[in-house]
Amino acid sequence: MREIVVFSLLNGAVYGLLLFMLSSGLTLIFSMMGVLNFAHASVFMLGAYLSWQISRWIGFWPALVVAPLLCGLVGAAIERYGLARVHRLGHVAEILFTFGLAYVIGELVIMAWGRNPIENRVPASIDFAAFRIYGTSYPFYKVLMTMISVGMFAFLWLAFKRTRVGLVIQAALTHPRMVSALGHDVPRLFVLVFAIGSALAGLAGVIGGFALLTEPNMAAALGPIVFVVIVVGGLGSIPGAFIASMLIGVVQTFAVAVDYSLADFLRALGMGLPPGSALREMLAIKLSQAAPLIPYLLLVLMLIVRPRGLMGTRDT
Amino acid sequence: MPSALAAPRPEPAPVALELSGVHKSFGATPIIRGVSLAIPRGERHAIIGPNGAGKSTLFNLVSGRIAPTRGSIRLEGAEIAGEAPYRIARRGLSRSFQVTNIFPRLTVYENVRCGVLWPLGCGYDFLRRCDRLRDVAERAERVLGQIRLADRRDTLAGVLTYAEQRALEIGIAIAGDARVILLDEPTAGMSRHETENAVELIRSVTEGRTLVMVEHDMGVVFGLADRISVLVYGEIVASDAPARIRENEAVRAAYLGDADA
Amino acid sequence: MTKGATRPAWWVGAAALLAVLPWVPGLQSDFGRSLLSQMGIAAVFALSYNLLLGQTGLLSFGHAVYFGLGGYAAIHLLRAVNGGWPIPVPLVPLAGAAAGLGFGIVFGALTTRRGGTIFALITLGVGELVRAASLMLPSFFGGEEGVTASRTEAPRWLGLDFGSQLQVYYLIAAWLFVAAILIHAFMRTPVGRLCNAVRDNPERVEFVGYDPRRVRFIAFSVAAAFAGLAGGLHAINYEIVTGEAVGATRSGAVLLMVYIGGVHHFVGAVLGAAAITWLQVSLSDYTSAWLLYLGLIFMGMVAFVPGGLAGLAMIHLSALRTRAVAAIARSYLLALPFALATLAGAATLIEIAYRRSTQPEAGALMTLFWIPMDTAKPWPWIGAAGVLALGAAALARIRPRVAAAWERAAEEIHAHA
Repeated sequence: MREIVVFSLLNGAVYGLLLFMLSSGLTLIFSMMGVLNFAHASVFMLGAYLSWQISRWIGFWPALVVAPLLCGLVGAAIERYGLARVHRLGHVAEILFTFGLAYVIGELVIMAWGRNPIENRVPASIDFAAFRIYGTSYPFYKVLMTMISVGMFAFLWLAFKRTRVGLVIQAALTHPRMVSALGHDVPRLFVLVFAIGSALAGLAGVIGGFALLTEPNMAAALGPIVFVVIVVGGLGSIPGAFIASMLIGVVQTFAVAVDYSLADFLRALGMGLPPGSALREMLAIKLSQAAPLIPYLLLVLMLIVRPRGLMGTRDT
Repeated sequence: MPSALAAPRPEPAPVALELSGVHKSFGATPIIRGVSLAIPRGERHAIIGPNGAGKSTLFNLVSGRIAPTRGSIRLEGAEIAGEAPYRIARRGLSRSFQVTNIFPRLTVYENVRCGVLWPLGCGYDFLRRCDRLRDVAERAERVLGQIRLADRRDTLAGVLTYAEQRALEIGIAIAGDARVILLDEPTAGMSRHETENAVELIRSVTEGRTLVMVEHDMGVVFGLADRISVLVYGEIVASDAPARIRENEAVRAAYLGDADA
Repeated sequence: MTKGATRPAWWVGAAALLAVLPWVPGLQSDFGRSLLSQMGIAAVFALSYNLLLGQTGLLSFGHAVYFGLGGYAAIHLLRAVNGGWPIPVPLVPLAGAAAGLGFGIVFGALTTRRGGTIFALITLGVGELVRAASLMLPSFFGGEEGVTASRTEAPRWLGLDFGSQLQVYYLIAAWLFVAAILIHAFMRTPVGRLCNAVRDNPERVEFVGYDPRRVRFIAFSVAAAFAGLAGGLHAINYEIVTGEAVGATRSGAVLLMVYIGGVHHFVGAVLGAAAITWLQVSLSDYTSAWLLYLGLIFMGMVAFVPGGLAGLAMIHLSALRTRAVAAIARSYLLALPFALATLAGAATLIEIAYRRSTQPEAGALMTLFWIPMDTAKPWPWIGAAGVLALGAAALARIRPRVAAAWERAAEEIHAHA
């Protein structure tokens, strides 16, 4: 029992950190540009594929650096040659543009690497046990993931609050014309922000590609959950995204380990099941089966109880 | 017995709008520091003051866009502080905006009609066709005539000239039965000629209603207002008839001395 | 605006068109009529989405929820009819509409408190929630195989048994006509006009005495009802409803339809529905890259043609009346071969890449644009890239001519306005 709890906690924390890596980049772009980047999870997927490909050519550790850089370049190109034209058309147009882009990136990935999952195995250089608990070893790559995401959090906090560029970007969000009049190149800033956000997504992809199956559906599977994270955490709040990511990560991981249903619970209390096949069916669902629902149930709950999210600041 | 069924209409309160000790702080920054003002029914009241004094904030407080930190705001005797804007609007207060806030993809006629729907009892009706409602159409046409945009009736509001949009802005505000009208810098950005037209327009459409106006153009203020209040750093430093305001030393020092109308 | 559409002549014309379509040469086969039926269903769905996005400004990524739930409700009713309930088949879609309305009210109460971006994300979440739930409740959703019913094992209605595709088409067309009239009428009511106002400026709506949340809630519920109606028609047409009916792909598809067709125009929804349905059905036969093409077209439209196909048509119609139309036509004619070349070059590269990555077992030999090529060699790649580059370069040179011709047209149009 204690084993299950500890492992679920560890794995849940790792999954939560993965969600945070993705949602922090998304929040960065959203806070600074007001654009909800639907293609963010797609860049994450691109990062996973690119790192696999590059690893095969020059090894894992160089890939850890090169793949995110390439993703950053892709992000810069998206903003410079694509999104820049769409900003004047409003937020709906921006979202739709990135929505289409998500489809396009997904298809380009298929075009390059096919429709089947690729064998993205943990490379030998990091494939060892970090430590052992209860007789089972805990893989080092998950520890690496933790270190990288903590580093990401620190980087973002510093970039936001401590650098001059960060302050300028924050100002440009609400008063782009004023910032431009003060001599800053706002379009260039937007390219920079988009590039950084995409590089973070790519970095998450490098590591996430090991934890999850690397296949063309990756983005569609993880994307919606990331959006739930930023709504639950509060649009525009990185600490909120952190809390929400960990919450969803841990709860969902725990749920997967629980093979009991509400019906079992009622039976344990000595109560009979109500008649009606639909209701019976609902009660018989094991928590482990219902695990995929959890993020969305949390979303609905949050909407009822506290619509602006845990630590919501920005409002559109 | 018709007279028993028709309840006598209550006499409207003598004070149309009353603010008592209204405070508003954004975080730790106080913007409005205790404003008290009583505006009698039918008065044309202007609020002037230097930039940053909090005039728009005051309008936002009264119209419900934001809620006061403390204090009371009464519209014809009923407390409205902190209420949602649409509820306040239904009680008979309407406002225009400093930054033009119209419906750009609706025609001029439809813009005005939006202001008419609730006062004429349409509610959330989805069973009757809007253009078949005779009284709605008549009122909208009348307002259109008052703001002199009848010949632009079917133009999309987004393509109007600036002055036309300002007129439409006022038109939407006065279209309903609002008894208290707030106009936020109605002549901002207008030429001399356009301003004169606007003043004439405002005078005619606010006949019999209470008008509260924020303005920078002193010519407009002294020409229209029955009383002027001067707002400086979130406080009213003077509230009096125009002639006496002009002679008030404190006001001169704080405001009029620098600006030349 | 859409003043032309209010004339009864347009409606009569539309009804006549709907009646005549299945007899048009080329569409007379079962396949053609099946395609028309699919277009009809998509059109009802798209009209409901246009009400949401185009008229009220609500961007939803989960509208298929109401389509699918309506479909499921309808198919369960149809099963009951198979079991003996005396309800004629033409009325079954109403169950879909009712289910759509019911769920729209329930979910709408939650989701319409906010607009804009948050609303979009919430609809995404609710969509995923329902999709995930659909896999867990087999008695309503039928699990992996879905729920089936028969539209012929039902009491005959006016002598019709709805066995043939032609009869099904007319049923769909009739409901499409009714839906279009109802939605059009709805937009002319006070609430309908307020929907437009909320789309343009929700804040100002509050200051004229209306709660924008309530307006959005009403629009959402009505849109959900019509989406459910479309789902009901879908159930009758296919005699099966599966989990993808509530899924993200279908939600994405209707968004594409309405936007590509033209989000500001009522007619755009129908145009987009027809175009995308046709693409989905036919293009996927020719190429496995059709989703890529669709995505690129969509992105291009968002960035360069925000008015969609309908907007494009209207601009060209108004240009027809100017004297610059000849110059425009000439510049188009000049650009045409180079545009085709660019597209052909790009398509070739894409198709070759797809063949190599997704169908390696089909071998290296392909025939594209009537040219056989060996994709294992570098020549097809180089050739296609060359054609693409030349075509793009030529287009870049011709572009100023097109722009100049359009400027002249625009001047004339404004002068007459």
